[in-house]
Amino acid sequence: MSVPTAVSDSVAITCRNLRKKFVLRHTRSMKEAIVWLLTGRKGDLSKKFDALKDVSLDVEQGETVALLGLNGSGKSTLLKLISGVLQPDEGTVHTRGRVAGLIEVGAGFHHDLSGRDNVYLNGAILGMSQKQIDAMFDSIVEFAEIGEFIDTEVKFYSSGMYLKLAFSIAVHTDPEVFLIDEILAVGDEPFQRKCIVKINELAAAGKTLFVVSHDLDLVASVCKRGVLLEHGQIIMDGEVHAVVKELRRRSAE
Amino acid sequence: MAQPVSELVQPGRGRGIVDVYKHKFLLQLLVRKEIKIRYRGSVLGLLWSYVKPLMQFLIYFVALGVFLDMQKGTPNYAIYLFAGIVLVNFFTESLGNATRSIVDNRDLIRKIYLPRELFPVSTVWVSAAHLLPQVVVLVGACLLTGWSPSIWQLLAVIGAFFLTALLSIGLGLLFGAANVYFRDSENIVDMILMIVTWASPVLYVWPMVQRVMGPWFFLYQLNPVTVAVEIFHWAFWSPTLSPAQAGTISMPPDLLTVWFPSAFGVAALVLVIGQLVFMKLSVHFAQEL
Repeated sequence: MSVPTAVSDSVAITCRNLRKKFVLRHTRSMKEAIVWLLTGRKGDLSKKFDALKDVSLDVEQGETVALLGLNGSGKSTLLKLISGVLQPDEGTVHTRGRVAGLIEVGAGFHHDLSGRDNVYLNGAILGMSQKQIDAMFDSIVEFAEIGEFIDTEVKFYSSGMYLKLAFSIAVHTDPEVFLIDEILAVGDEPFQRKCIVKINELAAAGKTLFVVSHDLDLVASVCKRGVLLEHGQIIMDGEVHAVVKELRRRSAE
Repeated sequence: MAQPVSELVQPGRGRGIVDVYKHKFLLQLLVRKEIKIRYRGSVLGLLWSYVKPLMQFLIYFVALGVFLDMQKGTPNYAIYLFAGIVLVNFFTESLGNATRSIVDNRDLIRKIYLPRELFPVSTVWVSAAHLLPQVVVLVGACLLTGWSPSIWQLLAVIGAFFLTALLSIGLGLLFGAANVYFRDSENIVDMILMIVTWASPVLYVWPMVQRVMGPWFFLYQLNPVTVAVEIFHWAFWSPTLSPAQAGTISMPPDLLTVWFPSAFGVAALVLVIGQLVFMKLSVHFAQEL
């Protein structure tokens, strides 16, 4: 529980020796578990694998970091550990300031509520207060280009409108640290460009960005630092273009 | 950078139910959402909150009150019955929904960190919102039969409500968390809820139990739901009786002095256990769901 000593005041995220095991549980019923206990715990009730092994990482405030790696390398797991959705099995994570995840935007949406209700619900889920949402509301609607549809139930939205609104709420939550997971592919091209402009604005405003994406050219244009994960370990950490090049070399092999 | 340096914190470490208070606004929105979507697409809408308990009441009244002739020994049996049904419904609805609340909100829990206690607590508030119209009907029926409660009886109603809510949250945390690991939990709760209606003097009167249980009657009285039902009878039903009728009935001995406080003790204990188990299990919710 202790705060690591060797970190500066300007660090935004610090991970120390993170290890995350996943249990592939086979059984979901009490009967099987009791039988297993009674038969002397023969065999393993579950299978385990390490999603992350011994990951240490410091991110300074205002840094823009791209987390790269192939599928299953542990990127999303690391992001979830930083956001607090998951807890590490070993090691520690510390963050400074409010952290908001643009993780799978729209997770907090409810189809039967209007856009307006969803803005409030989702804003509150992402940690905004009523006052903040009131103040941001018009800006959120404008950015999402939803207009008059804001009082329509979101189940009638096109998938583009839905994502635009969700993204718009997320970028308006104004945290110190942004965790972004595969959401840059939102909406049509003009909206995508707008998102990238917005994200660059956030970076320019000194926000810490932590981005996961498979769109390598895009993350290279948004981020300065790259971290390459493979099988749950950091194998490279440096300037983003060099890391992207290394990832391309490795995936070509 | 100009902004003050904030402390380093460990993400995802909650302080339990205390955090719910800090997220009042979100709690309020979650409750409002549930109420809005509960009867979506139905013609009667919120009226179902009246129709269902009234139907339940009619079934019991006809079967027990008329066929088994309970109304002969119990004056104003209809009021007696409805007062108990209203409270037990609040408990069964809260606990049933709280048990399912974690699994039902898995999409959110898997992606965003929130104090997970919010979900069971919000279901109890939603049930309270559905309790209100039933209480209005109950009060209406009581007034028609000459209800004149004392201030203490009205306060006791509020006390019994909080007692039931406290117990529902405690058990809801416990079974809601267990349900993530073993879906059997839902069925265990369904069974408990089936028993609850009969384990409290909703349909019958308490002296019948005392006659059978004798010296073990205190076990029956240790159930907080039983006490809450008896409080509801004391507050809603007994003030509707004429002096002659009131002479023929009595409330359980020591109800207000011993059993009401001890019921709060039991409920508080359940809440502490529920919270501890929930905290221990909630760490792994996101990966188990």
